[in-house]
Amino acid sequence: MKIHEYQAKAILKAAGVPVLEGRVVHSAQGAGAAFAELGQPIAVVKAQIHAGGRGKGGGVKLVRSVAEAEQAAAAIMAKPLITYQTGPNGQRVKTLLVEQGCAIERELYAGIALDRASRLPVLMVSSEGGVEIEEVAHKHPEKILKETIDPLVGLLPSQARRLAKEVGLPATLWDKATQFLQALCRVYIQKDLSLAEINPLVVTKDGQLIALDAKMNFDSNALYRQPDVVALRDLDEEDASEVAGQAAGISYISLDGNIGCLVNGAGLAMATMDIIKLYGASPANFLDVGGGATKDQVATAFRLILADPKVKGILINIFGGILRCTTLADGIVAAVKETGLSLPLVVRLEGTEVEQGRQILRDSGLPITTASTMADAAEKIVKATAQATAGRSNS
Amino acid sequence: MSVLVNKHTRVLVQGLGKAGRFHMAQMVQYGTQVVGGVAPGKGGTVVDGVPAFDSVAEAVKATGADASVVYVPAAGCLDSILEADAAGLRLCVVITEGIPTSDMVKAFAVLRARGSTMRIIGPNCPGIITPGECKIGIMPGYIHRPGPVGVVSRSGTLTYEAVWQLSERGIGQSTCIGIGGDPLIGTTHLDALRLFQDDPATEAIIMIGEIGGSAEEEAAEYISKNVRKPVVGFIAGQTAPQGKRMGHAGAIISGGSGKAADKIAALERAGVAVARNPSEMAATLVKLLGK
Repeated sequence: MKIHEYQAKAILKAAGVPVLEGRVVHSAQGAGAAFAELGQPIAVVKAQIHAGGRGKGGGVKLVRSVAEAEQAAAAIMAKPLITYQTGPNGQRVKTLLVEQGCAIERELYAGIALDRASRLPVLMVSSEGGVEIEEVAHKHPEKILKETIDPLVGLLPSQARRLAKEVGLPATLWDKATQFLQALCRVYIQKDLSLAEINPLVVTKDGQLIALDAKMNFDSNALYRQPDVVALRDLDEEDASEVAGQAAGISYISLDGNIGCLVNGAGLAMATMDIIKLYGASPANFLDVGGGATKDQVATAFRLILADPKVKGILINIFGGILRCTTLADGIVAAVKETGLSLPLVVRLEGTEVEQGRQILRDSGLPITTASTMADAAEKIVKATAQATAGRSNS
Repeated sequence: MSVLVNKHTRVLVQGLGKAGRFHMAQMVQYGTQVVGGVAPGKGGTVVDGVPAFDSVAEAVKATGADASVVYVPAAGCLDSILEADAAGLRLCVVITEGIPTSDMVKAFAVLRARGSTMRIIGPNCPGIITPGECKIGIMPGYIHRPGPVGVVSRSGTLTYEAVWQLSERGIGQSTCIGIGGDPLIGTTHLDALRLFQDDPATEAIIMIGEIGGSAEEEAAEYISKNVRKPVVGFIAGQTAPQGKRMGHAGAIISGGSGKAADKIAALERAGVAVARNPSEMAATLVKLLGK
């Protein structure tokens, strides 16, 4: 789960990480008033959306007066903000952060992520702040300094000092850097983060270390014990179908193609997408109905797929282990009878109670094509979908 | 021969809720030596024909169990794993999905500090099976048959798919290990490959990976240096978009790393025959062995 910059900064501030004074507003007038209230010669108006790349997309503007603050806010909110992470349609901006300016001496990077190999969180600090860390990792991996964090003791002062020294901070700032980095690590562990990024972490001309930007992702598996974090969720930033899927215990991710997929198991679901591509078409979604799916979940999954106007054909690929083929077949028949079916549907069933499952589909009298293998299924649905769409465009 | 589990493996079931009981019955039916169940408060009773115990330590003392399978809800798994280790088990198979990552970070840190030698398989995995001898987990037993192919995979149903393709062609499996879809897992591809390389009964290996992390790349490096048996690979998620978690907590391409194409390239450089078509995992193996 992701949150906005202003929410991440509130968490950091509470943990003792220095951030700039700012106001959260929802209108141009609000931005003007915030500028006046901050009472500084300059301020920055920042669009609050979950996607990165806001600066380059025009979502961050430096302002020097109430009028400029209002203008900047109005311009940012006037149209969807398009960045490399939003997709071509962009994201509507409803919330702005108006923040004080500061005199920047240096821009650094600090981030924490999980290191799978050591099975520990790793704190990364770099002298190359303000740019994409992936780019730094690619071009200058030696410029990323790392320390793993042992959960039994947290980040040790000696580790923080090493990073501060090697990133080139003067000895007078080591204590401040240690406090900053230790607080960031405490937040990461206590709030069950999967990613924390301070980019840039600035050193000001008067010798302060400040989190100028903040990004936090949370471990979805730990949200049950982080009610304060759950309260920060902004559903407007998430895909409505994905949210509906989650509510039903289904993993659903919307994609660009026209063949809807319903599969059990994440690996098989990805492999099903891959094989559709291999046969020349593109998947409209990733959908893992889960290992222990019920008839209702199968029906919900089917409705999710049908609700997507891009979908011109449907492939169901089930390897019944825990999920019995009969449960799956009952769910499909129930869903199709409720919603009707005007699209080609190919079903490949294998595993537990497969014969009874196939019989349920045959007995339903519905226009369902069955397939014996994944390849057979992919070939059939790609062909049927191409014919159906060609037929429609000719008529 | 086989790896990690066989007909002598004595298994405890940790967590006797609905899922635990259902799969315990399936394991018993398959012929696995399920010697006890652990559910606090149920000690001294018999659940579905299996003696229940209040703790893993009591169960080990009474039964001589050497392995366990965990069906405990996610919030309790850190406790269950460390309890299994404290009781001296050799193997702990964690089926549960949805364990907070930080709980697994703690579990591994404590096990390291204890100098533990217990092997964890999973979490978020289907388990491990040596066909005809021992099934620990949730996989449908009947699709497997004994034979010479070792299978290791991050996915559940995709493993069944590979096993099915093999069994359909009359090719059996030595041991199949579902290592799990989480970012932090106890047994990696590399660990499983090492076990298969050292197992005389395993003549060939199918390794199924997916997007996210770099475990497949590390496995590829190991293969090129150490594995002398034919290996077939498949990597799921060739069409997966960046930055989206594809069902498994660990299946995500982030910051340009963890891509399927990179994993396929690394495996091919290591001499692995990578099937592009998931329908052709077994066929690729047959072709490789036919040469």
